[in-house]
Amino acid sequence: MTASQPGVGEPILEVRDLVAGYDPGVPIVNRASMTVMAGEIVVVLGPNGAGKSTLIKAIAGLVPIRSGSVALAGTDITRLPAHRMVREGLAFVPQTENVFASLSVDDNLQLAGGILAARLRAERIEEIYGFFPDLARQRRLPAGRLSGGQRQMVAVARALIVAPAVLMLDEPSAGLSPKLVDLVFAKLTEIRQRGITIVLVEQNARAGLAIADRGYVLVEGANRHEGTARALWGDPMIAELYLGGMRAAPAPRS
Amino acid sequence: MNLQFVADGVLTGLMIGLGAIGVTLTYAILRFSNFAHGEFISWGAYATLVVSGVFGWLAGSAAEPIDPFSFGWGVVSAGVIATLLTGGLALLLDLVLFRHLRDEAKSITVVMASFGASMALRSLLEFIFTSRPVYFSRELQITMPIGFGVRMTPDQLVLVAMAAILGLGMHLLVTRTQIGRSMQAVSENPTLARVVGIDVNRVIRVTWMLGGALACASGVMIGILVQVRPFMGADLLLPLFAAAILGGIGSVPGALLGGVIVGIGEAVAVQWVGAEWRAAIAFLLLIAVLLVRPTGIFGKPA
Amino acid sequence: MIVDFFTLGLLGYGVFFLTTALSYSIICLGLNLQWGQTGLFNVGIAGFVAIGAYTSAILTTPSTPDHLGGYELPIALGWIGAMLAAGAASAFIGAVTLRLRADYLAISTFGIAVAIQLVVLNAKALTAGPFGIGFIPRPFAGLAETPLFFGLANLAVVAVLVLVVYLALERLVRSPWGRVLRAIREDEQAAMSLGKSPRTYRLSAFALGGAVMGLGGAVQAHFIGFIAPDNYQSNLTFQVWTMLIIGGSGNSRGAILGGVLIWAIWSLSGMAIGAVFPPEAQARAAALQIVAIGVMLSAALLLRPRGLLGERTTISRHLDAAE
Repeated sequence: MTASQPGVGEPILEVRDLVAGYDPGVPIVNRASMTVMAGEIVVVLGPNGAGKSTLIKAIAGLVPIRSGSVALAGTDITRLPAHRMVREGLAFVPQTENVFASLSVDDNLQLAGGILAARLRAERIEEIYGFFPDLARQRRLPAGRLSGGQRQMVAVARALIVAPAVLMLDEPSAGLSPKLVDLVFAKLTEIRQRGITIVLVEQNARAGLAIADRGYVLVEGANRHEGTARALWGDPMIAELYLGGMRAAPAPRS
Repeated sequence: MNLQFVADGVLTGLMIGLGAIGVTLTYAILRFSNFAHGEFISWGAYATLVVSGVFGWLAGSAAEPIDPFSFGWGVVSAGVIATLLTGGLALLLDLVLFRHLRDEAKSITVVMASFGASMALRSLLEFIFTSRPVYFSRELQITMPIGFGVRMTPDQLVLVAMAAILGLGMHLLVTRTQIGRSMQAVSENPTLARVVGIDVNRVIRVTWMLGGALACASGVMIGILVQVRPFMGADLLLPLFAAAILGGIGSVPGALLGGVIVGIGEAVAVQWVGAEWRAAIAFLLLIAVLLVRPTGIFGKPA
Repeated sequence: MIVDFFTLGLLGYGVFFLTTALSYSIICLGLNLQWGQTGLFNVGIAGFVAIGAYTSAILTTPSTPDHLGGYELPIALGWIGAMLAAGAASAFIGAVTLRLRADYLAISTFGIAVAIQLVVLNAKALTAGPFGIGFIPRPFAGLAETPLFFGLANLAVVAVLVLVVYLALERLVRSPWGRVLRAIREDEQAAMSLGKSPRTYRLSAFALGGAVMGLGGAVQAHFIGFIAPDNYQSNLTFQVWTMLIIGGSGNSRGAILGGVLIWAIWSLSGMAIGAVFPPEAQARAAALQIVAIGVMLSAALLLRPRGLLGERTTISRHLDAAE
């Protein structure tokens, strides 16, 4: 996007000792740290209720941050209002209700390009339609009438309009059939090839690790393990506790 | 059958509809029914009266009627200034009162605050201007035939045209512009709106400005056609709500259509039941729509 | 209600004041059941009060050609009739709107108050129209020769009624029924999962609250002896709301206190206007009273939403601790 952006392999998103939650006394994210390098796909895993979703919502400005810091390409974005994040180059795709169902696909994209000048916005939208040919055919349909997989594509397309440096997704595989999950994740790999860094939270650890370079495992609001996707994939303890056996007993205090 | 009552009903209905657009937008975007909206109508009318009075004092020609209408350019330009003032009043009320209560768990508290604000605003007008009705102009208007046995005055015709233009303009604004899309987006999902980069507070400010401005337009119309009194807006509140719910919350054409239905209903009541029962029509229509189709004509199912 | 301060004397005025104030407290107790205990927003209080007042007046007044009724029934029967009629009207509005969004209840109650105002004004055969109904029998009319005793007897009646309503509501709120009601207000989903139908509970609370408002209206009518449509405009609704919010919603004692306190402020400011403004400007200055109450209500909502006597929490305490 711009020349000031970090090159591949340099840190682009740095989360330090983040404490966040809706109620001041009840931190759901409790001293979580994470460093994402430019050009990477990083997956955040963990058992139910570990605070994965709250972590990326806090980064996106949707959950109050109590302490700690978030920096994007060296700029501090801690506690920046959510609507300013896209200007900073951070796009977020929520898990549910991630498109405006009553608006057409086109209007969804137009809205997301609100910070761009009209001509640039039109160019970007055409570019995005080239990348998602299915959506181009349905641009006049209300987004609420699309199938689950297509809606997920609209949500991703919408996030890409502003050409973000980092794209964050909350459980993009939720509610999709295995075939559609493959389709969406293949698209994410393509997006990374275009130079966009991706952070995704996943309950579906296999799908997530399959496309990720590295992963973090969150337990009780803090990151407990991290490593390359291959290492996490191969670690029998992690596989047993958090990935395969997600309904296993509560995590041990290590 | 003489169709005059239909014309009268449409005229009243358009005034109700303009006010109801503000009610429906506030309801859709801020998620509360604003009982103070009627006061925007009264304050808009009085603001126009005061500003046009100042113009008349500065330049005598301002008060001279523009043939064939009853009002002069003073009222027209004062009306434009008053729409800004009324929008400002709505913003001010939000700033000192509503925004502090919006995030409370009990969202109905805002409704109560708007009820308190409406009583205070109305009584303040009564204190300043007394409850005596006032008029924009004492000029008499001669009705002229417009077909089907219906007669209307030049004032009425130009105001119908103005209401239609304002209504259409609002519809285009909401559906075709970036700020309009943002309003729809905030109405549907405020969190997602923030995620896609919409400044929700800005959208709220624009909503108040537009709602206040349209209420003012409605107040000026009533002032020209009927009279200006401190209770003019309060008396219109129930028709406003009935029209907004009848049309479907969030729908601009729905609010206008709902207004026209209420207006014609009132005209029918005046014609066949008695003018003293006119105000009951809005209540009956409201109960009917809540029983039969609570989402209204153009409303989306909840 | 013009009462000459000087002819009645200080004690006499005090008795008169307190009787009126406590009649507002009854209406407030009804609103507290609807709003404080159940979270239902009623903007049509004046309408339900009017139904109570007119029903009791029609049932108890001496026979007359001016309006329906004149059945000369005992006052107690008039009051029971008032509660039934106001309760039925509340049940109707509740049945239509309680399944919808909270705001629709507010709008519909506002609407029914407008409609009731029209009926009392225009249905002359029923209500005698704008002139109102007079000769409403007053309790202890035999004591009217000695104003102070008469006043004290009336005060006693109203005070006993306040106490009875208070105790009955307190008992109700502490009963299993009242606990379910609060549970629904705090967490509808949880209450539903226990198999309780929120709509039935809400509807009965709303109807009962409306009946208590009707009783308050009837008591006022019999105390003053004369009613007219002008007494039942949105101004009344607004006063009662301010009483409850400032007194402390959710707390019956707060409702009673609020009734007395706001009525005192209202009366004192009325006297002040009478003393300060010349007679021709008094109607205009009276508008300032309403502005002041409106500002008070808004300020209370902003600064002290729990009022003077906040709710004695049972369930909500746990929720607060989690915040």
